[in-house]
Amino acid sequence: MKYMLMMNTMKAGTGGLAWPQKDLRAHVAFMMGLNKELRESGELVFAEGLSFPDQAKLVRAGKNGLPITDGVFPESKEFLAGYWIVDVVTPERAYALAARISAAPGPGGIPLDMPIEVRPVMSSPPPEML
Amino acid sequence: MTSGQPSTEHLLRELTPLVLGAVVRRFRDFAAAEDAVQEALLAAAKQWPEEGLPDNPRAWLTQVAFRRMTDQIRSESARRRREGEIALEASRAPEATTTIDAAAEEDDTLVLLFMCCHPALTLSSAIALTLRAVGGLTTAEIAKAFLVPESTMAQRISRAKQSIKDSGIPFELPTTEERAQRLHAVLHVLYLIFNEGYTSSAGAQLQRVELSREAIRLTRSLRNRLSNDAETAGLLALMLLTDARRVARTTGEGELIPLMHQDRALWDKSQIAEGVALISAALPKGSVGPYQLQAAIAAVHDEAEQAEDTDWPQILALYDLLKRMSDNPIVALNHAIAAAMVHGPAKGLALVDALKADARMANHHRLDAVRAHLLEMAGDCDGAVKHYRAAAGKTGSLPERNYLLMQAARLSNRLNLVDEQE
Repeated sequence: MKYMLMMNTMKAGTGGLAWPQKDLRAHVAFMMGLNKELRESGELVFAEGLSFPDQAKLVRAGKNGLPITDGVFPESKEFLAGYWIVDVVTPERAYALAARISAAPGPGGIPLDMPIEVRPVMSSPPPEML
Repeated sequence: MTSGQPSTEHLLRELTPLVLGAVVRRFRDFAAAEDAVQEALLAAAKQWPEEGLPDNPRAWLTQVAFRRMTDQIRSESARRRREGEIALEASRAPEATTTIDAAAEEDDTLVLLFMCCHPALTLSSAIALTLRAVGGLTTAEIAKAFLVPESTMAQRISRAKQSIKDSGIPFELPTTEERAQRLHAVLHVLYLIFNEGYTSSAGAQLQRVELSREAIRLTRSLRNRLSNDAETAGLLALMLLTDARRVARTTGEGELIPLMHQDRALWDKSQIAEGVALISAALPKGSVGPYQLQAAIAAVHDEAEQAEDTDWPQILALYDLLKRMSDNPIVALNHAIAAAMVHGPAKGLALVDALKADARMANHHRLDAVRAHLLEMAGDCDGAVKHYRAAAGKTGSLPERNYLLMQAARLSNRLNLVDEQE
């Protein structure tokens, strides 16, 4: 079963931009270690980190079909910082991975307690239809 | 191996378990032997199309694999002197062409299947390893079929081999006491491979159809070796009878078409004939099991010229038997549909209601999907729309969600038309 784990970060603390080096290093090491572990367990399908929200654009088609770009809504408190697609045996395993990501170390090594959205990927085979 | 000629590819896949068996018997190291055979296969896929087939392709592969093993053992023993003894033994390895024991080679395919489908492995590992070690597919091909990166699939395979090593599974046929249970595991893995391929959605169709073809090939090869086992014949029949309908099962755009609306002219007559012959020969043997019953049900469907000709009382009788044999709520759901076709939707709905108490089904989308179908049969369009939509919200399959939403839309459209007329 494939799941997407979406890591949402509070906009207020935008990333580790202002974290002490030690904490930043611990955070990066945690993420790289997790990805390595997932590769080795044969569960990693895909993982990417995303740029900070100031790089994001909202795009819509104008009347002529050309893109009209806009900044992201300033009122959104959280933004998607990165995501994983994992192929796991049970939903419980996906939740357990999400919980570990949620507790990634932040400033002072304190777990960040980030909300991780877990969504099943629509990859199941359809049944026989009578 | 996609670059090779189809015939080369086919030959390599057929030869894989025979060559691997010879290498494992010679060197007693399954994990390393399996890698050596993969390398030999890759070398053959590259060389044969360019240089032509060798006189004895099997001996060619075996020799290349033997050489890889010997090289590897030599280099390892250079590192770890205490393994000098093994290297010495390996250097005395006989030329592969000399002795090929026909009985041992028949057994090798079986032994490998039992090994790769060992219950100590997770199902996803067993599936991957079976396709590589017995099916002769490359890691890249398997990864593509399951839509995961090659590195992920490579890890899955290497972990599977590690589990085999750790649990000390011997390279031999299971004992008589274990045999039934172990064969059950093999059939289950083959069935899952088939299903993964058969039930593909349009996007990945090409790669995944290959999986059902592989599953049929491997099951056929198992059946040739266990010609007296009725369940193995039953599984092969089930695959053939199901796969016969593959082309008719979706529109060109990948939209699902239910059995009753399929264009039966598109069904593969020769596969149906083979499946029917297999199941007809297996059933009278007296050891009826779930695969034979499912094959028998598929045969009844396949033999109906038109949907209306379907012998539902016979299907219901078969589901009665199947339901008694396996505690599977999905079987119970299909049984409810058959009961509705014979005794009317009220009977089917009552059976579906009884399933709500089953914890495995309580939140299962198929419960809603079947209820919707039966409510529609009973003329309750409102209820059917509601349950089609509920099912669509819970399924994990995109084509099925589209199908269920389409059913809901079709019925609510009809409801609106009725409203307008009134």
